[in-house]
Amino acid sequence: MPFIPHTEDDIQEMLETIGVDSIDDLFDEIPTELRCGELQEIPPGLPEMEVASLMQSRARTDGQPLCFIGAGAYDHHIPAAVWELTTRGEFYTAYTPYQAEASQGTLQLLYEYQSMMTGLMAMDVSNASLYDGASALAEAVLMAVRGNRKSKSKRILVPKNLHPHYRRVAHSIVRNQQIELVEVAYDKSTGQVDMADLESHAGEDYAALVIPQPNFFGVLEQTDALTDWAHQNGMLAIAVVNPLAMSLLKPAGEWGGQGADICCGEGQPLGAPLASGGPYFGFLCCTDKLVRQMPGRIIGKTVDMDGKPGYALTLQAREQHIRRSKATSNICTNQGLMVTAATIHMAIMGAEGLQRVAATSHANTQKLSEALSSLPGVEPLFSGAVFHEQVMKLPIETANALRMLAAHNVLGGFDLQDDYPELGDAVLVCATELRSDEDIENYRGKLERVIQSQVQTPCQLKPDW
Amino acid sequence: MIYDHSRKGRRATAQAPLEKPELSGIPAEMVRTSRPNLPEVSEMQAVRHFTRLSQKNFSIDTHFYPLGSCTMKYNPRACNTLASLPGLLARHPLAPDTHSQGFMACLYELQEILKTVTGMHAVSLSPAAGAQGEFAGVAMIRAYHDARGDDQRTEILVPDAAHGTNPASAVMCGYKTREIPTGADGDIDVEALQAALGPQTAGIMLTNPSTVGVFERRIEEIASMVHHAGGLLYYDGANLNAILGKVRPGDMGFDVIHMNLHKTFSTPHGGGGPGAGPVGVSERLEPYLPVPMVDYDGHDYRWLSEKDRPDTIGRLSAFAGNAGVLLRAYVYARLLGREGMHRVSEFSTLNANYLLKRLMEAGFDAAYPERRASHEFILTLKKQAKELDVNTMDFAKRLLDYGVHAPTTYFPLLVPECLLVEPTESEAKEELDQFVDIMRTIKQEAESQPDLVKQAPHTMPVKRLDDVRAARELDLAWKGS
Amino acid sequence: MSNAPTDRRYAKSHEWIKDEGDGSLTIGITDHAQELLGDLVFVDLPEVGQSLDAGGDCAVVESVKAASDVYSPVSGEVIAINEALDGAPETINEDAFGEGWMFKVKASDMAELDGLLDAEGYDALVAEEE
Repeated sequence: MPFIPHTEDDIQEMLETIGVDSIDDLFDEIPTELRCGELQEIPPGLPEMEVASLMQSRARTDGQPLCFIGAGAYDHHIPAAVWELTTRGEFYTAYTPYQAEASQGTLQLLYEYQSMMTGLMAMDVSNASLYDGASALAEAVLMAVRGNRKSKSKRILVPKNLHPHYRRVAHSIVRNQQIELVEVAYDKSTGQVDMADLESHAGEDYAALVIPQPNFFGVLEQTDALTDWAHQNGMLAIAVVNPLAMSLLKPAGEWGGQGADICCGEGQPLGAPLASGGPYFGFLCCTDKLVRQMPGRIIGKTVDMDGKPGYALTLQAREQHIRRSKATSNICTNQGLMVTAATIHMAIMGAEGLQRVAATSHANTQKLSEALSSLPGVEPLFSGAVFHEQVMKLPIETANALRMLAAHNVLGGFDLQDDYPELGDAVLVCATELRSDEDIENYRGKLERVIQSQVQTPCQLKPDW
Repeated sequence: MIYDHSRKGRRATAQAPLEKPELSGIPAEMVRTSRPNLPEVSEMQAVRHFTRLSQKNFSIDTHFYPLGSCTMKYNPRACNTLASLPGLLARHPLAPDTHSQGFMACLYELQEILKTVTGMHAVSLSPAAGAQGEFAGVAMIRAYHDARGDDQRTEILVPDAAHGTNPASAVMCGYKTREIPTGADGDIDVEALQAALGPQTAGIMLTNPSTVGVFERRIEEIASMVHHAGGLLYYDGANLNAILGKVRPGDMGFDVIHMNLHKTFSTPHGGGGPGAGPVGVSERLEPYLPVPMVDYDGHDYRWLSEKDRPDTIGRLSAFAGNAGVLLRAYVYARLLGREGMHRVSEFSTLNANYLLKRLMEAGFDAAYPERRASHEFILTLKKQAKELDVNTMDFAKRLLDYGVHAPTTYFPLLVPECLLVEPTESEAKEELDQFVDIMRTIKQEAESQPDLVKQAPHTMPVKRLDDVRAARELDLAWKGS
Repeated sequence: MSNAPTDRRYAKSHEWIKDEGDGSLTIGITDHAQELLGDLVFVDLPEVGQSLDAGGDCAVVESVKAASDVYSPVSGEVIAINEALDGAPETINEDAFGEGWMFKVKASDMAELDGLLDAEGYDALVAEEE
């Protein structure tokens, strides 16, 4: 029997001890009419070798195309040591550190993670993680509504150039508490937050302004000005940042005169593989002032009975298992294993390593942008400076172009049509440090052929070049 | 601390690009001038440090871990290996359907397996954890009432023994909660429930077997009462391991459920996540399921998004939830197959009842001695606490010295001095026998040398920690020496 | 057994309220309440100027393993808070009826005091709970 160690003798002896005749007798408190029979629709069990062969074939089916998609998940090198260590059974099969004395490994690691994240973001405090970047934003919004003592408002300003999935997730999670996300337009030429549109909200009561860095278009925001504007208008500033970018760009805690109040985002670039979107982890940092509004686990350093340093879950009175209906959130666990990977990843890479990855990704995206711009009708859509993603305008229908590229094993980027139809044919591209010059040339060459094939097809609109 | 190994200029050069290109086009005021406070260590120093940290943990792979309500069973290694095949790890979440058929086939089949094993009409895999599944479930209840214009339903009922997430999730969905007492026999107080039901009732959140470790025997009657009042029934899948393949929440009358794949489907707990909390619903709640979901037309798999499902409660994560966890659960389900499913509940129940019986013979008190244990049971150490002044926490800490992770302590709150014990199906009889011996030894120690127990643990990397200091003098990050 | 001071009144939810005779009322939690909670680690106080309803929650006291709402025994406006508790929540453990006071209010209806327990009544309540 898979994963069950009992022998026939064991079973007999155990039943005798309990005083029943059969295992089935142990279910005698369940009303008979409710009991289900054989679950025929579930396939019979397979030995490991057959499941292995099935999974290998499934994985092969999907191929390993050359990927230029970013849009919230980025293909970075992960040192081999990261997952070798992370999947050690002592990390992989432990649980939430309820028994602190028997969990010092996980607890100290989480404290080190909190230390690294506050270091990277230049913020006072970090929690031990949330599910992902999008749900971290939702929690940041809830935190801001609770924590802004100057405002009674349940409205939050959210720029339209923030990741569309993040905006939808935040809406799904906060709307039942009558919290409203109010959209701020972006500047059609720079791709940055539209300051004039933002200014039209000045003097109104909002709990917070969300500030992405970089924004969904890859474009860098004037974070100093935006943070100061939020504070001048009695709002908290919520930063949504790429953690890798923070190694190179001004960190959230240093924005404007006072720094962002809350900083959150997707931790995936720090050691999590793309893996179809998860598990990743959300990070959440804040100022000391807001720490009691923070959801999720937080680890504190303390001492034991002998005065020896040790680590423990702290500020637990915020959490659902104590505070129940008045908890800061319903979240219980975090993404412990992903944080284990991220902590090891950051330790091995160090500030210098992360900066090299970030700078190389920036440079490769510039190269990609230049290479693609050599094609007629292809050019960057926005003038704003970018980190490692860029929106490119295409001379042909985007969906069609991406489909044809995919048929040639190149994933050419993220189609903006559904979320930003006003941009016309545009694609969001990304080249991380893993994309070589040959990869970029490969993409350029294939896009060239795709464009040629499309513009030669009579039923297509002829571009104006 | 990893920072103790840090020296300026030390680095793991093999792991980063050889150069740091100049930043072109980024305005100077956007560039970081401060050095991020990250450690600077060699790769070997990091490997040694984190290996040593791992050795300070108890885990399923190293210790018996009978943590009640958490289902700490063996996590088959194949699940990790096969979910980590290079092609699966490299797949971008926004890859087109043409390059996703293999992955989506796994997800679709997992949806189908979970549907069957729970008796629900449809399943969405997207919630990232049990708590997010709870949120999704209650949000669907709310969407259902809202769609009918039934806006007077403002209250969710929860048993007093419920896990704290239940009321917290209900509040996140904009509901008030009302507690229903548990009767002396461990079943919910049906008369009190009847009195609490009314036109304001949106629904009730139940765990079955309940958090006190027994099967709610009057579940059909409860379902009919709640439905009669116009409310819906939410099933918290925390204890699904106890009934897998024996009785299905859908057949009990539940309208919506969440499952904890990190419990029942043996995906790892990872030191506290990632989990996965898929939701299943009855037909009337189907339109509200969270997106994305996977659809299959007999030929191709495709994603269902907001466009296909306009009444959805929406999206709960940026992509498709904890995909890698779902793949692990899928592998586990295929390894078990249909015959393996009910063995899970059979042997977890056999182990729990055997262990309970032996502990009672050793002089421990069951909280509900007249009841059949499910996959877990509660001991109450009230007697020991009173007579010997050695409480549950002391027992728990002393267990660590004997190489056993403590069961869940002081939950549920309504049983004084309680230990919630869940051995799971993967433990062999001799492991359970040894646990009984250890508990007996600790009881003897409590009688003859209580201080030994009261000051335990003695053999862990640290002794009992000063929680009060941790909360009063907050030290949440190392900020440099 | 509790020994509640007789110079003030008590709410069933374990707050004390003392008429200072200058139009202000001082409010705190009882010694029995702090004992139940254990070592306090944090106190969240209302803001000066905040208006309170009798029986409404207006403050929180936290220990490591519990958090408990504090309810205002009377309606009125907060006119002072005990800022010394910030950073020294243990003051409540040490001197719940004195230095551990939490906030002062100007009551909008002094008659609400009549509905509260006196020291004897409160001691009886505590004895019953035990």
